[in-house]
Amino acid sequence: MNNSTIAAISTAQGLGGIGVIRISGDEAITIADKIFVKINGEKLREAKGYTAHFGHVFYNGEKIDECIATVFKAPHSYTGENVVELSCHGGTFVTKTVLRAVLDNGAISAQAGEFTKRAFLNGKLDLTEAEAVMDIIGAKSAAAARSALSVHEGKLSEKINEIKNDLVNRAAHLCAWADYPEEDIEEVEFDTLKNALQGAQDKLFDLLKNYDKGKAIREGIDTVIVGRPNVGKSTLMNLITGCDKSIVTDIAGTTRDIVEETAVVKDITLHLSDTAGIRDADNAIEKIGVDKAKKRLNTAELIIAVFDASASIDDDDKALLDDLKGTTCIAVINKDDLELKIDIEAIKNVTEYIVYMSAKNSTGFEKFEDAVEKIVGTSDFDSSNAVLSNERQRSLAKNAHKALIDAISALKLGMTYDAVTVALEEAISYLCELTGERVTQTVVDNVFHQFCVGK
Amino acid sequence: MSTYFAGEYDVAVIGAGHAGIEAALASARLGCKTAIFTINMDAVGNCPCNPSIGGTAKGHLVREIDALGGEMGKTADECFLQMRMLNLGKGPAVHSLRAQIDRRKYQDVMKHKLELTENLDLRQAEITDIEQTKSGEWLLTTRMLAQFMAKTVIIATGTYLGGKIFIGEVSFESGPDGVFPATYLSESLRKLGIPTRRFKTGTPARVLRSSIDLDKLEVQEGDTPPVPFSYETQSLGENKVVCHISWTNENTKKIILDNIHRSPLYGGKIEGVGPRYCPSLEDKIVRFEHKERHQLFIEPCGLDTEEMYLQGMSSSLPEEVQLQFYHTIPGLENALIMRPAYAIEYDCIDPTSMNATLEFRDFEGLYGAGQFNGSSGYEEAAAQGLIAGINAAHKVQGKDEFILDRASSYIGTLIDDLVTKGANEPYRMMTSRSEYRLILRQDNADTRLTPIGHDIGLISDERFERFKEKQRLIEKEMHRVKQTTIPASEKLNEILVSRETSPVEGGIRLFELLKRPQLNYKVLKDVDTDRPNLADAIFEQVEIAIKYEGYIKKQLAQVEQMRKLEEKRLPKDVDYKELTGLRLEAQEKLNRVRPANIGQASRISGVSPADISVLLIWLAKSSHNKNTEVDN
Repeated sequence: MNNSTIAAISTAQGLGGIGVIRISGDEAITIADKIFVKINGEKLREAKGYTAHFGHVFYNGEKIDECIATVFKAPHSYTGENVVELSCHGGTFVTKTVLRAVLDNGAISAQAGEFTKRAFLNGKLDLTEAEAVMDIIGAKSAAAARSALSVHEGKLSEKINEIKNDLVNRAAHLCAWADYPEEDIEEVEFDTLKNALQGAQDKLFDLLKNYDKGKAIREGIDTVIVGRPNVGKSTLMNLITGCDKSIVTDIAGTTRDIVEETAVVKDITLHLSDTAGIRDADNAIEKIGVDKAKKRLNTAELIIAVFDASASIDDDDKALLDDLKGTTCIAVINKDDLELKIDIEAIKNVTEYIVYMSAKNSTGFEKFEDAVEKIVGTSDFDSSNAVLSNERQRSLAKNAHKALIDAISALKLGMTYDAVTVALEEAISYLCELTGERVTQTVVDNVFHQFCVGK
Repeated sequence: MSTYFAGEYDVAVIGAGHAGIEAALASARLGCKTAIFTINMDAVGNCPCNPSIGGTAKGHLVREIDALGGEMGKTADECFLQMRMLNLGKGPAVHSLRAQIDRRKYQDVMKHKLELTENLDLRQAEITDIEQTKSGEWLLTTRMLAQFMAKTVIIATGTYLGGKIFIGEVSFESGPDGVFPATYLSESLRKLGIPTRRFKTGTPARVLRSSIDLDKLEVQEGDTPPVPFSYETQSLGENKVVCHISWTNENTKKIILDNIHRSPLYGGKIEGVGPRYCPSLEDKIVRFEHKERHQLFIEPCGLDTEEMYLQGMSSSLPEEVQLQFYHTIPGLENALIMRPAYAIEYDCIDPTSMNATLEFRDFEGLYGAGQFNGSSGYEEAAAQGLIAGINAAHKVQGKDEFILDRASSYIGTLIDDLVTKGANEPYRMMTSRSEYRLILRQDNADTRLTPIGHDIGLISDERFERFKEKQRLIEKEMHRVKQTTIPASEKLNEILVSRETSPVEGGIRLFELLKRPQLNYKVLKDVDTDRPNLADAIFEQVEIAIKYEGYIKKQLAQVEQMRKLEEKRLPKDVDYKELTGLRLEAQEKLNRVRPANIGQASRISGVSPADISVLLIWLAKSSHNKNTEVDN
């Protein structure tokens, strides 16, 4: 428990300029090396303590952000353990994604006060400070008791229990079958077991997927504004956010990097990114901006695609429309005060949410707001299915999911059921950790409940 | 009448059942002057229930006892009638050996071993009182008013302590098989401040072989060749008996339900808690009313007796009802009941009042083992007896406590469960009790425990050398398997295809072939031409290590996590009520169980992860305090 490597976002949640993800434990540097690539390719494990390194953070092969990694070597760190602090751009989406990358590579989510606790345990804090941590933990369990009554927690238990109980039944059957070979307990059917494991795995997968959706509702929707150059993206951005953050000029390609801003539209928080206009750029610097914009297109949860009403669809637009297929997208036909030349049919193929407006004259903005509300309310963004509410829960659900994949693959390989059971119980144990129970006793009790066994 | 002084011992063991025997042998072999008291010299090492040793998870225990230098496995081998490895095909983690044994011979062999053991006195006496003297030694008084002084005492009273038998409306004070019960000791314990409680268990009828129509019944043969329990037993010879299988039916069920009100359990006469896993037939029928039939095994009790044991048919119904329902079972229509089935209720203690050494926390030098501690089963008893015996000897000799953790063995798991979670019913070992069962296999008990047994002094140097040689051969064969390439051939691919696994184009490492679940040493024999001539047990170790490598690694990682928590020791004298931050339930449970370390604390039900955090901080804080004092 105390020797695992833990991680958490250690700056205040929200939209600070910088977000810091702190990793602490024996494996901190090894884990950081898995997701952080220093600009000169050197590994952090080669680095000395108290050094800072510039590079990029990757998640699932995707570059997430630029980042400064600060390395502290045990015992010369806040916690007294190996520590890496990844400082990336602030903003909930980026910091959470970096944290997720860290957790998926072997760290576990830090409990409240855990860094401080470790600092104390390693003799880095004095007694007064440690008392304060005790208070935090005491308060935490009281709060936990209260929140157990909340609708949200109830729903989590309900969902996880539904998955877990089925797995426990399978494990109990496997145990009864092994522990009582001379009772007439029915054979464990390969297909039944496989389907049950598969079913549980699918359910967990949905939970993990919904976690991302629910998170969007709670924490804002990652929204990107795209379009070929000079269709008025930055004007629209400024209109939505109500400030002039994006530099607006008549020169196509002015916005070369991604500009981020948060705005609230009809009570829905949008984390907006204005991007460089997507076109086949000839300028090297602009090209970097264009590539970034295209990447955002893949990761964003909501896309606002801007088109010029006064121009016909050109090759850049066509390429963009291709990219938009299958995404959650609002098409803004900007400059509708000018003569309409655009072929709207091509856009209708991609999205039903089409808004005519003039960002420059602020006309048609209500229609835009309605479209945002509608697409968020009716699309995949359904928060009611999201029962995992934080990274700790997500990380446990993900581990359970992984263990089930192992169990299924053991089964398919033709391993004996005792090996399958090892992975199955691992999954149950993660789910029990989610709901606060323990595994072995659950299985044993279930054996007696379900099977007639004994001499 | 007045007492007389009868002698002094280092270790006194009360009870000569499976727990007492292992305890006494261990302490005497470790050089302690030991006495073992039995209430009846003809009841030493009795098997009052089934005439068999081992079975699922219990077979693991027997192998572990043997690997540590205990006696049960060897004696079972000497008295075996039939050997079966249960669960073949379900995976090595759950393979379990079971022996049908000659019950009387087992008693004779065990008694003789006790008699021949140096430092050990076997005495017939009922211990009626124990008390601790001011010097900390124990004074034991017998029914005949003999008094013995002992530095340590191990209580292993089984079902004798306050024993009471129930057969329908009839009940009487008795130990098992009609032997006198121990009627005074419970009161003496309560006077000391050790509360007792009632558990119950039961056994089926024994019937005369010639009255059973065995010809109509399915036969259950032993394994060929039979495999021994003990790593010391070279060869067993042939199986000597077969068992038979039959089934209950609708008529059996009807008779039992019609008479259920006459069961002392359902009539409310028995207050003791019975084991869920060992239900009487009436329990099974009431709890699983939709089940049409229940299986039973007919097992011989020995070679020199015609008594047959009816496994699965225990009951506490009146004798006449037993007669009726046994007669509904195919093969038993005319069965002559030689001894009726009965339930027995007895006194035992709450094992959470003990340390993992099986010493009472509040009574130095006082130990318990077996059913007295709330367990059930010969093997569970023997395992505890061995550990209590070693620890009592260590205490006398001023040596360290001997504790096996959960990751080391089923023995460690059993004792940890008892002293941490307690027992709400008689505790039986099951493979599902162990979270590390893929590494705690019955086939590797020697690898896990024999070096420990040698360190303690219960494994001879000679045996340890043989063990080391076996380990060397396993390593050598592992090396060979990793280096050997089997060239592609028609013969190889024929084997692969016939086992429904994909054929190969080029050569392939033997190691890679053995990894495939569909293949094993046996089927690869013809293509593995350089194979050395080794014992099957060596090939088995290599094959399991290769095939289950990934899963074993998973478990080893879990073990490492667990052991880190076990290293964080908790002081013995803390009052958890004083620890702010702990929830009330956790304070109470921690004060009751008094865990030795954080790992054990985390396994107590009712102690949450948040409570553990509080403990960790408090622990670090107190050691920090101490360090500061030292610095000053």
